Amino acid sequence: MDSRAILAELPRLRRYARAMLGDRAAADDLVQDTLERAWSRISQWRAGSDLRAWLFGIMHNLRVDQLRRGALATSSLDEDEAGNVPVRATQSDLLEVMDLESALRQLPEEQRQILLLVALEEMSYADIAALLDIPVGTVMSRLSRGRERLRAVMDGRQQTANLRVVR
Amino acid sequence: MTSHPMSDEELNAYVDDALTPERRAAVDDHLASHPADAERVAAYRAQTQALKALFQPVLDEALPDRLQALSVQPIKPPSGRGGGLGGLWQRLAAGVMIAALGGAGGWLAHGQYLQGERMARAVPLSHQAAVAHVVYSPDVRRPVEIAADQEEALVKWLTKRLGAPVSPPKLGALGYELVGGRLLPGNSGPVAQFMYQDASGQRMTLYVTTESTEKRDTGFRFAREGLVNVFYWVDGKFGYALSAGIDKGELAKVATAVYDQLDQK
Repeated sequence: MDSRAILAELPRLRRYARAMLGDRAAADDLVQDTLERAWSRISQWRAGSDLRAWLFGIMHNLRVDQLRRGALATSSLDEDEAGNVPVRATQSDLLEVMDLESALRQLPEEQRQILLLVALEEMSYADIAALLDIPVGTVMSRLSRGRERLRAVMDGRQQTANLRVVR
Repeated sequence: MTSHPMSDEELNAYVDDALTPERRAAVDDHLASHPADAERVAAYRAQTQALKALFQPVLDEALPDRLQALSVQPIKPPSGRGGGLGGLWQRLAAGVMIAALGGAGGWLAHGQYLQGERMARAVPLSHQAAVAHVVYSPDVRRPVEIAADQEEALVKWLTKRLGAPVSPPKLGALGYELVGGRLLPGNSGPVAQFMYQDASGQRMTLYVTTESTEKRDTGFRFAREGLVNVFYWVDGKFGYALSAGIDKGELAKVATAVYDQLDQK
């Protein structure tokens, strides 16, 4: 595990954490904790194995610990980059984007994480199953439910002229 | 028309390109005659693209210093490594044990966060300290309750009130002389504030709280609260925050010295 390899993984860890938690500072805290724990367990790292999977696994376990302890979803002020929000092209674009983000918040965490690992990390179902230590079938059913729920939330909110199919 | 309904899992696997060519072809056929499922597939693909677009900017953000610093292995406690910002980051990021000033009370016991390991970050210790800094440091006539010329009395008093030995680090070598200290109300008990001043009158405060509910030490944190920069960290029950309206790098040097002195106790 060398610095360059870790630096290469950091943007993805941050992106996933941000997408999972929403809050920038909380997400970076999680990434920081992940790195601290990774270094403290460096002896468990097997050279040549998948660094990204290892780091994502550590981050996932930390998140599970957080939830178990009932950590609150807080918006903390931290770092000097607070308020630095990605700039979008137009206002309507921004509204849509915020809509997706708030819709994402409405998914149960277990569905959101899988949806994000698939969409952002393009991980295979098998890899996700290994990462989360759950059966592949569970990955697929959570993904399926997550996508459908996200679609329902987005449809309900946007009230666009999309055809709603009645089954 | 296909003879059997397509499962949700299969449609999802189709979206994710996780099917064998045979199954993929079967789903293609199915979708041609099932517009509702075709619409779902399109919606799922659109979700994926929208999520990618939404979070893509994070990949291009500059890495925060505290994360960048952790690309190298933090030096483990109790290494008494010398100063320098790099060394400081490394040691504190490692969650180094810091000698306790300790005691009871302190805003950290903020009830709603009792279970939160992340509390020192989620609850802004930095904010508490910065507010105390902003309130008292501009005070020309009464910046402290007990002045440095009575340091012994100050130490004795704060130690008694916080229920643990508390004493101000000596920062004269960095140009900051102790002005004095005071007792402040935290969220659930007393906290201490030490004030320093350099030759130009620039003031700096060290805020010491106790009764952190963190289960473990935090790494080193930086926050900017308005015009005030704050370095803060938590060690067991104890929280420390160093605040001043000075440059982050300069403040880091002083934080190094504070850290080193606490470490030696």
